Amino acid sequence: MRSVWQSIRTTIVFMVLCGLLYPLFLVLIGQTVFPFQANGELVKGPNGAVVGSRLIAQPVTQPGLFQPRPSAVNYAANGSGGSNLGPTNPALIKEVRGNILAFEKLNPTVSVSQIGPTEVESSASGLDPDITVRDAMLQIPGVAKATGLSTHTLKKLVLGHVRGRFLGIWGEPHVNVMDLNLAVLKLTHK
Amino acid sequence: MTVQGSLQILVVLAILLAIGIPVGGYLYRVSTGQRSKLEGVFAPFERLLYRLVGVNPSVEMDWKAYLKALLLVNLVMMLFVYLVFRLMGHLPLNPDHLPSMSWDLAFNTAASFVTNTNWQNYAGEASMTYLGQMIAITFLQFTSGATGFVAAIAFVRGFINNRRSSLGNFWVDIIRLHVRVLIPFALVFAVALVGLGLPETLQGAQIAHTLQGALQTISRGPVASLEAIKQLGTNGGGFFNANSAHPFEDPTALTTVLEIIAMGLFPTALIFTFGKFMRNRKLAIMLYSFLIAMVIAGVFVVYGSEAAGNPILHHLLGITGANMEGKEVRFGLPLTSLFVGTTTAYTTGAVNAMHDSLTPMGGLIPIVFMMFNLVFGGKGAGLLNILMFLIITVFLSGLMVGRTPEIFGKKIEVREIKLATTAMLVHPFLILVLTAIAVTTKTGIASMNNTYLHGFSEVLYAFTSGAANNGSAFAGLNGNTPFYNVSIGLDMLLGRYVSIIAMFAIAGSLAMKAVIPESSGTLKTDTFSFGFVFVAVVVIVGALTFFPALVVGPIGEQIQMWSGQLSP
Amino acid sequence: MAKSATFNREIISRAVGDSFVKLNPRVMIRNPVMFVVEIGFVITLLLTFDPNLFGGHYPATQRAYNLIVTIVLLVTVLFGNFAEAIAEGRGKAQAESLRKTKTDLWAKRRTANGGYETVPATTLRKGDVVQVAAGETIPADGEVMEGLGSVDESAITGESAPVIRGAGGDFSSVTGGTKLLSDELMIQVTVDPGESFLDKMISLVEGASRQKTPNEIALSVLLAGLTLIFLIVVDTLEPFAHYVHGSRSIDVATLIALLVCLIPTTIGALLSAIGIAGMDRVIRFNVIAKSGKAVEAAGDINTLILDKTGTITIGNRLATEFIPVGSHTEQSLIEVAVLSSLFDETPEGRSVVELGKHKGVAYARENYHEANNVEFSADTRMSGLDLANGQVVRKGAVDAIRQYVRQHGGTIPDDLEPKTNRIAKEGGTPLAVIQDHEVYGLIYLKDIVKPGMRERFAELRKMGIKTVMCTGDNPLTAATIAEEAGVDEFIAEAKPEDKMRLIRTEQEDGKLVAMSGDGTNDAPALAQADVGLAMNTGTSAAKEAGNMVDLDSDPTKLIEVVAIGKQLLITRGAITTFSIANDVAKYFAIIPAMFMAVLPNLKALNIMFLTSPQSAILSALIFNAIIIPLLIPLAMKGVKYRPMSATSMLMRNIFIYGVGGVIAPFIGIKAIDLIITALGLAHV
Repeated sequence: MRSVWQSIRTTIVFMVLCGLLYPLFLVLIGQTVFPFQANGELVKGPNGAVVGSRLIAQPVTQPGLFQPRPSAVNYAANGSGGSNLGPTNPALIKEVRGNILAFEKLNPTVSVSQIGPTEVESSASGLDPDITVRDAMLQIPGVAKATGLSTHTLKKLVLGHVRGRFLGIWGEPHVNVMDLNLAVLKLTHK
Repeated sequence: MTVQGSLQILVVLAILLAIGIPVGGYLYRVSTGQRSKLEGVFAPFERLLYRLVGVNPSVEMDWKAYLKALLLVNLVMMLFVYLVFRLMGHLPLNPDHLPSMSWDLAFNTAASFVTNTNWQNYAGEASMTYLGQMIAITFLQFTSGATGFVAAIAFVRGFINNRRSSLGNFWVDIIRLHVRVLIPFALVFAVALVGLGLPETLQGAQIAHTLQGALQTISRGPVASLEAIKQLGTNGGGFFNANSAHPFEDPTALTTVLEIIAMGLFPTALIFTFGKFMRNRKLAIMLYSFLIAMVIAGVFVVYGSEAAGNPILHHLLGITGANMEGKEVRFGLPLTSLFVGTTTAYTTGAVNAMHDSLTPMGGLIPIVFMMFNLVFGGKGAGLLNILMFLIITVFLSGLMVGRTPEIFGKKIEVREIKLATTAMLVHPFLILVLTAIAVTTKTGIASMNNTYLHGFSEVLYAFTSGAANNGSAFAGLNGNTPFYNVSIGLDMLLGRYVSIIAMFAIAGSLAMKAVIPESSGTLKTDTFSFGFVFVAVVVIVGALTFFPALVVGPIGEQIQMWSGQLSP
Repeated sequence: MAKSATFNREIISRAVGDSFVKLNPRVMIRNPVMFVVEIGFVITLLLTFDPNLFGGHYPATQRAYNLIVTIVLLVTVLFGNFAEAIAEGRGKAQAESLRKTKTDLWAKRRTANGGYETVPATTLRKGDVVQVAAGETIPADGEVMEGLGSVDESAITGESAPVIRGAGGDFSSVTGGTKLLSDELMIQVTVDPGESFLDKMISLVEGASRQKTPNEIALSVLLAGLTLIFLIVVDTLEPFAHYVHGSRSIDVATLIALLVCLIPTTIGALLSAIGIAGMDRVIRFNVIAKSGKAVEAAGDINTLILDKTGTITIGNRLATEFIPVGSHTEQSLIEVAVLSSLFDETPEGRSVVELGKHKGVAYARENYHEANNVEFSADTRMSGLDLANGQVVRKGAVDAIRQYVRQHGGTIPDDLEPKTNRIAKEGGTPLAVIQDHEVYGLIYLKDIVKPGMRERFAELRKMGIKTVMCTGDNPLTAATIAEEAGVDEFIAEAKPEDKMRLIRTEQEDGKLVAMSGDGTNDAPALAQADVGLAMNTGTSAAKEAGNMVDLDSDPTKLIEVVAIGKQLLITRGAITTFSIANDVAKYFAIIPAMFMAVLPNLKALNIMFLTSPQSAILSALIFNAIIIPLLIPLAMKGVKYRPMSATSMLMRNIFIYGVGGVIAPFIGIKAIDLIITALGLAHV
């Protein structure tokens, strides 16, 4: 009986210590020291309203902006997830075929053989905020046509937004779509 | 596969080793009650906790008392969080107005987190209130990891004891571990993670008007605090449905490297802690070498297989290149493959890619690691499994050299073999029998997201993950049905506690035996020859047990994929 | 005991019969692994009569296939039974010959009034006194109370040279069934009927009292665990296959075939044969182990305590040098010394004659038969000859000789004392030699370490066994002998309590101790030691206390027993490893075959290119069966044991039985497949 009582006390003590004091202390630190990160790296558009998070992809269905990777959850930032389709699943073929069509719609000049897997295979989170440099380059003609910006300007813009490997070792060079699209919008609204 | 990519993997593992060794030493000092440089901070805090919990820290416990306390406190914790899950819809810290859980989902989730599995039949951002994330999930991510750890330490004490029954004091062990290890480590790591981009807020979801004018609801919450202990405690249960693939849980290549190191840290360190306990550095080095070799081999199989891509997509649609379905760009293939390997080898269960969409060989490796559950293995649980298989190996190889088998100077006799065999039976029984039941019932098959062999793999993965207390998933499987909630719930509970009970009984029996001095006829367990036999026993027993199931699952699917056949 | 051939025809034919008798499920259940095979056999037998017993619509050909599986399963069980039966067979044959010696014995029992009555030996009780005359068989185990006689113990030991048994001392115990050759003995019976040494021995060699050793039980548990795992594996296969291809399934006979191939039948079939054969090997060394546990414990020994005399050194001291004193030459000393020993039948005396001959001095006994031989006595402590010409030659203990010379007015040469001391210091025994009262010199008697002892101790050291020598000698002598024999430690001036103390301290350190002994005062230590090897010549107290009895009374046999104990475990481990390693190839044979209808893709796993699914399954099953008889000789003889470090032995055995166990079935199964194909049976 004594150990039952001890177990209950232990549970309550650790619940309060690890489940309340610990996260609340971190909220305090996060909100005071790193408020931008702690609130989800939210970014504001030209009109000052929150347009999204740097870290969360959002749907691009009309020409004029760079497309993020396909999302199996339609970029639901309150319901993340991948397609979970296996490699031999006919549904995967259907999905990828659909993604190819969607990509071709905004980038009619690109032939299928040029398209890499990253641009037509769904991301894991459905919210992948990044695309490969190659995929960004591939979209330049389409964006240029819609925005009127020169491919040269866009190429410079893309290269300016490339984030390399950490310490030159880890990860793959990539471009953050939100940063890039905000820059595109900045140029087009000028 | 590239040289640069291989380098990405190997550098992480090198750093892990470099940190793991000193942390192993620190864990040893903590487990043996030695003073720390911060004694002035830790000691009063511990005394306060002893008083609050009501324990006398000088009491010694034999295996039965220790085990009883461990099981009882786990039961009470499970009941508490079950209640939280059932009631949280009506409790505070619920800015997004999420509902409480159904009875079966609450049972599954409570069992999942109390067993350090962190299998999630719920989508975090859509079903778990902030209060639940904090006082149920984050709380158990501390205590369940600690439970495995103290169980392993108590077992090791049984090895060292010379006709002495005490395995230590459960309450003291668990409090010291929190105060001196888990809380400080998690605090430091969590602060770093916030700085690197993880949210830590109590505000509800943010509504955004996207660049193209649509609405997007962006879920967030106290993520960093959970993420830190999720990895350090080899838990793996994510704040969000997409787990560490979600940019809010793992926003950059750097954070993913840190998370990989965090999940490997204590399992790696424990090998060296074990070496310190046994006063045998060579043993630790030998064990580490073989385990890390298995990790590396597995990771490179994943890497190679994913890099080779999906031939069916190439044939049918002309898409060439690596398999990027269910992966994130920022991590790249090498770190994704490493994450796949480490999360299952170290039995964490976090994912930074969707395992369900891996190529069959890429998906085989995590299943195999979980079936072994001792390639480092989870915090504590892995070491217990290593010791269980060491006992079996020592028994066989002891025979081969003509001596009644002994391990670390303790004779292995009928009782130990009985118990170790029981522990060894748990895994095959749970995984194979439950999988067989699931694939023969309509409700079991209805939950599959993929058909045919891959669907089989989804179910096999689920019960393997549950039994191994891993928690990662072929996430296409819809586990939130009464059938899977209950079956996987039982899978996790039995997978954890049956082997812990059996291993404690072994510890109790070993503790009372005299330590036999080593002679030149003693079979040395710290040699590479012995390590080789150990790995051979593990691989052969594992392969013989699971080969048919793997053939129906990933191996069959790989052949299917190579032959270019889509599933019917 | 009669040493029979390893496999004679009689044993084999009886073993064949026994293999069928052992099919009785009540016997089989003691061996869970083989019991599973037997159940499988029953099920496939039923399936041969009705292939659709468990549902399905199988073609008529299925019946033929089921029949073949049934036959192979039966043969598998029979092979296992045969292995056990043949291991028991030799023991049974021995038991029978022993039993013959026991039957129809009569005893002359002394009655209360001092007369004698003739009664059947089986009615003798503890405490009865019987009289045995020359030529009669001793009716029961007992202690000699009166008399001295030579006894032929060949019925028990197989040793034809008779031994002397007499009242008092350490050579007073006699065994029932042995034959008195000379004189007459009064014997007090020390056992009740059914408990005699002969009874115990019969039940031992017959295996009737054989109990599984703890190690064997532990291994059985592990094997049962593996069997359970494979039961789960095979039971879940059908649901898996059904999931993949709902309308087709795997037939039960094939599932049973897979199960039988996977469960460790090889070791399951041979396990008890290995144990019996191990005990049998001990018995053939003329050592009676009272339990299998004792033999296994022998394999674990850390410390071996050996008496010096008779064990490490040959029981007697031998002359190795003649050292003249005073003005005498070596030649003259040798002549006197040899003469003094001419009729001396003690080993020491004979060794003097031998050494003299070696140095060119020989006398014929015929020339001295009128001389008077003076035997050694405890009083005079010297022996020699009174020659016909009145000369007196003597050899004896130095102080006795010195006293004798002084009494007879002779002088003691100055160099006698230093030379005597030198010999003593070197661990030898000096004997002084005189003619009349003239001291000629000294005979250097030396403890001779038995040939090969050094090497044996080196072997023991390699096995990790520490040797301790016990001797009553002074520390100086003891150290010399210890050094020469190469033992690790010694106890000088040892009393029986010292031995006991040594055993206790070693055991407190967790070590296992073995010792040998024959005297009554050794009994407590023999009982305390983990392995106590009593000499058959010893007292019945010693024999009762030890857990092994050496019929040849050769204490060094402990070394062989240690090796046999190790060999027993190694054989078990090797065949277990081999058995489990075999499964890898069997999987590659059976899995693609059994999934052929369900998952045709898996033919990619048919890496042995077996002809057909049926042939693949049958080949694996047949290989699984015939490997049992192929390994019977290994199980009986045991895996070769050579002392080496544990790690290198592990690697060696893993390489042979582990790696070999993986490779062998690939070759074997392929070969059987080729034969089946050639016979046209691949598509039954």
